[in-house]
Amino acid sequence: MNYHWNWGVYLEQVSSGDERYLDWIVSALGWTVAVSMTAWVIALLLGGVVGTLRTAPNRWLVIAGNAWVEFFRNVPLLVQLFIWFFVVPEFLPAELSRWVKQDMPAKEFFTATICLGLFTSARVAEQVRSGIQSLPRGQKMAGLAMGFTLAQTYRYVILPMAFRIVIPPLTSEFMNIIKNSAVAFAIGLMELTFISRQMIEESGQVFESLLAATILYTVCAFAANRVMAFIEARARVPGYIAGAK
Amino acid sequence: MNTKRLVLLAMLAAIPVAASADETGTLKKIKESGSITLGIRESSIPLSYLDANQKPVGYHIDICNRIVDAIKVKLALPNLKVNTQPVTSQNRIPLVTNGTVDLECGSTTNNATRQNQVAFAPTTYVTTVRMAVKKASGITSLSQLDGKPVATTSGTTSVQLMRAHEKSKGVNFKEVTGKDHADSFLMLASDRAVAFVMDDNLLAGLIATAQSPSDYAVVGEALSVEPIAIMFRKDDPQFKGLVHATVRDLIKTGEVAKLYTKWFTQPIPPKNANLNLPMSDALKSALQSPNDAPAEQYNKK
Repeated sequence: MNYHWNWGVYLEQVSSGDERYLDWIVSALGWTVAVSMTAWVIALLLGGVVGTLRTAPNRWLVIAGNAWVEFFRNVPLLVQLFIWFFVVPEFLPAELSRWVKQDMPAKEFFTATICLGLFTSARVAEQVRSGIQSLPRGQKMAGLAMGFTLAQTYRYVILPMAFRIVIPPLTSEFMNIIKNSAVAFAIGLMELTFISRQMIEESGQVFESLLAATILYTVCAFAANRVMAFIEARARVPGYIAGAK
Repeated sequence: MNTKRLVLLAMLAAIPVAASADETGTLKKIKESGSITLGIRESSIPLSYLDANQKPVGYHIDICNRIVDAIKVKLALPNLKVNTQPVTSQNRIPLVTNGTVDLECGSTTNNATRQNQVAFAPTTYVTTVRMAVKKASGITSLSQLDGKPVATTSGTTSVQLMRAHEKSKGVNFKEVTGKDHADSFLMLASDRAVAFVMDDNLLAGLIATAQSPSDYAVVGEALSVEPIAIMFRKDDPQFKGLVHATVRDLIKTGEVAKLYTKWFTQPIPPKNANLNLPMSDALKSALQSPNDAPAEQYNKK
């Protein structure tokens, strides 16, 4: 292939400013990590609540939980992002709408974080529900028979077990959220995908630019994997599913 | 004496044979495969885009078809198969360098960094980077944009032009970026941005196909002037010679000017909108002395 490689491109100055391409990549990595982590916190909190509600002995709570999961699971992520970014502000009062569209600081970051957090919360909710339902019915009954209220049974018996059981699928979700954060480039957040595209345009070095983004996504996802593996090992219940050797 | 003549005749007869046996690079590849692949864009109106039937059409597509005709004659391959491959701003250069695309008929700016990777035909369009605004906003100059949100498309030269302009003029735009030109235009239409900075032909195309074209105008000083050209593989003198000779010929015979009129000042598919973009002085002078000079030479002051 007739390609002109230039591995020194990372240290070259960008044509439109004083910084180097490396500075761009570092700042882009920062945005990718910030969006992924914040969205992950939202996803875990909301997913835990919604997943628990779906096992509650109340028809309306279950229906509400199901609706949440089905909506956020069935609409494509990019479409959801565009709904949050382009459609939702149109329904706000005129003054607020103008502020959100033009003056709100870091609006790309907040939009992307909320969108990604809610999207992933549906998937986390589904996993938490399956974790709860995988427990033998006897555990809940035993909790209630001990004199715990239903809330206490969830808090002290069911959820501590269920969360440990679903650590492996949650690990995948955590890695996914990092990779899914790439959609944020579509609304102009200067994260890794955005910057690699811009670097291609300005430097003309397509493969060097894409390779930097690829390696950094891989490193981030793998780091997430190791953190979750550590938690999994530390939190396992000896002799129970998650800890079975 | 007769022998001399015979030798001369034999030499003359040998020329076309020798010429056709000596194809190198892209021409050799085209001859051996019996096919050529054109890289096309899906929405670079009116240079290269898809019409209502998803067929590639446009000013550069027409010029490329003339080049293909010249290749058919040169290789004596009247049934040459023409494939098309949609490309994007991100993949067009790798697809040309790795041999997937033989001739990229899109809207590629010819600049010095790209000349490290690929070669260009003589410039056939010169775009100026300006801004589209809503007429009601009353904006007519870049200096009125200080502190205001300004849209552009990620992965384009406009992003760097805006940054360079901010630095040199001491103004501060709030940059918002769409992932493609349609998204960026939506930013302007939905008041997320008060201006959209992009190549004037693309802005004219977006406005012509907008819901109410009369609400918008292309205004302001040019941030940059950029030569747009057909792109092909570098270091291939035979193919370059043919492409350059064909395009120069099309320019000299007035064919390019005719095609310009057809695509820039007359109604074009798919909506029969008229871009109303008469030929700029920069393009007129580029057509007077055809060349493949990069953008850097256009913006030297």
